[in-house]
Amino acid sequence: MSEALLVVMEQQEGKLNRMSWEALAAAQQLARELSRPVEAVVMGQNIGNLAQEVAASQLSCVRLAENPLLEFYTPDAYCLALQQVIAAAKPYLVLLPHTYQVRDFAPKLATALGRSFLSDCIGFRQENGELVFTRQLFQGKINADISFAGDPPYLASLQAGSFRVDQVVSGDKPAPLEIEKIAIAAEKVRTKPLEKFQEAKRTVDLAQAEIIVAVGRGIKEQENLSLILKLADALGAEIGGSRPVCDSGWLPMERQIGSSGQTVAPKLYLALGISGAIQHMVGMKGSRTIVAINKDPNAPIFEVADYGIVGNLFDIVPALLEEISKTKGR
Amino acid sequence: MKILICLKQVPAKDSPPRIHGDSTWIREDDLSYEINEPDSYALEEALQLKEKHGGEVVVCSVGPARVQQVIREALAKGADRAIHIEDNSRSKADSLFTARIMAEAVRPESFDLILTGLQSDDLGLGQTGVILAELLGMPHATIIMEVQVPDGHLSGQFKVKRELEGGWFQWVEIPLPALLTIQSGINKPRYATLKGIKAARTKEIRHLTTEQLQLKPTDILEGQRLRRVYVPTKTKKTEFLEGSPQEVATKLVERLQREVRLL
Ligand SMILES: Cc1cc2nc3c(=O)[nH]c(=O)nc-3n(C[C@H](O)[C@H](O)[C@H](O)COP(=O)(O)OP(=O)(O)OC[C@H]3O[C@@H](n4cnc5c(N)ncnc54)[C@H](O)[C@@H]3O)c2cc1C
Ligand SMILES: Nc1ncnc2c1ncn2[C@@H]1O[C@H](COP(=O)(O)O)[C@@H](O)[C@H]1O
Repeated sequence: MSEALLVVMEQQEGKLNRMSWEALAAAQQLARELSRPVEAVVMGQNIGNLAQEVAASQLSCVRLAENPLLEFYTPDAYCLALQQVIAAAKPYLVLLPHTYQVRDFAPKLATALGRSFLSDCIGFRQENGELVFTRQLFQGKINADISFAGDPPYLASLQAGSFRVDQVVSGDKPAPLEIEKIAIAAEKVRTKPLEKFQEAKRTVDLAQAEIIVAVGRGIKEQENLSLILKLADALGAEIGGSRPVCDSGWLPMERQIGSSGQTVAPKLYLALGISGAIQHMVGMKGSRTIVAINKDPNAPIFEVADYGIVGNLFDIVPALLEEISKTKGR
Repeated sequence: MKILICLKQVPAKDSPPRIHGDSTWIREDDLSYEINEPDSYALEEALQLKEKHGGEVVVCSVGPARVQQVIREALAKGADRAIHIEDNSRSKADSLFTARIMAEAVRPESFDLILTGLQSDDLGLGQTGVILAELLGMPHATIIMEVQVPDGHLSGQFKVKRELEGGWFQWVEIPLPALLTIQSGINKPRYATLKGIKAARTKEIRHLTTEQLQLKPTDILEGQRLRRVYVPTKTKKTEFLEGSPQEVATKLVERLQREVRLL
C-alpha cells in the first residue's frame, strides 16, 4: 500500500541544506491536505546526529540510510540507496529539493523506477481529487499545471524559495528512527568524486554592497558596459551581472549573481536588461528595494521588483545619469 | 573518439510565447527558433575534443522538420553528420519520451561520449541527458564546466569539473563511455564560416521516425499529464513608473531619495 510522503533531506559535509527544510515544510502542508503521513530520509555515513535533528519535526518516521559508499555523493550510490529505501517505505510521493545534487540523480532514479519526475515545481494543489503540480516554462514566462499518471510512487522536486522554512512544524516528541539496511556493491559506483574547491579567491564581496547595479544580456555588447559603469559610479554602487554577461567574459565571474554565483541583499538592487530567471533571482530577491528596467513588460524580474520601468535601457540610463547629477548638484 | 551531441531547438529568447485559446500549449507557429543555449556550448566542447583527440562528432535532434535549421548550423560549425528524429507528436511532453527516442536511435552506434546541454531554455526540465544515460547504462555527470582527457589514452578515466552551488566546483573521475551535461560558459562557441556552411550541404542527415524506431507514443508509459498552460498572475505589487525617459528618471530618483533614502 502506497501511503506516505517521503522527503529526501540533502546533507553535505554533515550539514542539512536549507532547501531540504523547505521541501519538508511543503510535504507537511500537502500531507495535511491529503491526510497522509510524512516521512523523511537522510543519507550518508555517520550522520545519526542529522537524523536526530530532522526527527524534531512532526514526522511519522525518519529513515536513516548509512553506508560507507554514501559518505561522498555519487549518483550511482544515491540511486541504489534510494531505490532500497523506496522499496521499503513504499511512498505515495517522493519530494525532493531542486538542488544541483537532486538534478544530478533524480532523473536517473525516476527512470530506474519506471516513473516520471516533475522537476523544479513551484507549488501544488488538489483539483477534483487529483494532485496537480505547477512548474515554470520559458524561464518563468508561462506556468504549466501537470498531474501524475500511472501508479505511485510519484517523484517531484521543489524550486528554491517556493516554500518557507519557518513553516516546518515541530513534533511533540522526536519522530522514531528507522534504520535502513543499505547494500551497495562498490563496482556499481562508476564515478569518483574528488575535492571540492572554489575558483580564484574573491576580490569583491558583493554581499557587503549597499547598492548594486546589475546588468544582463539586454546590454547587447561589451562596449555598452561603459554606460552601466557610469551609472554605478554615479550611485556609488558595485557592479554585478547575470550569468550570460559573465560567461561572455564581459564581467569577471566573481561578479555573477545567482545560484552559481553570489547571493546578495543590498539596500538597492538595480536590474538592467535582466529577464529574471529563477537562478538569478535566488541570488538577489532578498534585496530591500529592487528596481528593474526591461523592455519586456512580461519579464519575470518584475515579479520581484518594487519599481518597474518598461523601456529601453539605452534611453533610460542616460536620462537617469542626468537626473542623478542634477540631484547631486543641488 | 565517437561523440554524440544532443541539440534541441528552442524558441528564440526574444520571441515571446503566446498561449493557444484552449490553454493546451503555446502557439508554436508564432515563434522564431534557435539552438538551446547550453547545447551550443556542448557542441563547441565536442568539436574541440575532436580537434584535439580525433574522432567524429554526430548531432542528434528530436523534433519537427524545422529542427533541421539547428542541425545545419551544427554541421556548418564542423559536426560530421546528423540524425534527425522526426517527431511532431510529443516534443512538448516529458523528457522520458524524448530520451527513449534518442536511446533507441543511438544505441547501435556505441558512442564513447554523449554531450547534452544541462537544461533546455523552454521546458527547463534538466532531465533528458541524465535519463538518456540511464537508458543506455552509462555513467553521467551534470553541470560540467571543464573536460580533461588524460594524455594518450582516450579509453581511460576522464576528469570533469562539476559546478556546485554558490561558486563551488568539484572534480569527478568518470570512465567512458559516459554522458555529460554541459553548462553555459564552459568555452567560447565558434561561429560558422562560409566554408563550413558550404561543406555542410553535402554532409549526411539521417532521417528517422518514431515508427521506424518501433516506438509509438502509446507504447511508452505515460507518467504525467499536462493539464494546462497559463500566464502566471503577479503576486507582488510593482509600481510601474511611466512616461518619457526623462520623466521616469525623475520619478525614480525622487523615490530613491524619499523612500530608499539613498542619494
Ligand atoms: C544550473 C544553472 C545555474 C545558473 N546560475 C545562474 C546564476 O548564478 N546567475 C544567473 O544570472 N543566471 C544563472 N543561470 C542562467 C539563467 O537561467 C538565465 O539564463 C540567465 O540568468 C539569463 O540572464 P539574462 O537575464 O541576462 O539574459 P536573458 O534571459 O536573455 O534576458 C535579457 C533581458 O534583457 C531585456 N532587454 C533586451 N534588450 C533590452 C534593452 N535595450 N533595454 C531593456 N531591456 C532589454 C530582455 O527583454 C530580456 O528580459 C543558471 C542556469 C542554470 C541552468
Ligand atoms: N528534442 C530534443 N532533441 C535533442 N536533444 C534534446 C531534446 N530535448 C532535450 N534535449 C537535450 O537534453 C538537454 C536537456 O533538456 P531538458 O531535459 O528539456 O531540460 C538539452 O540541452 C539537449 O541537449
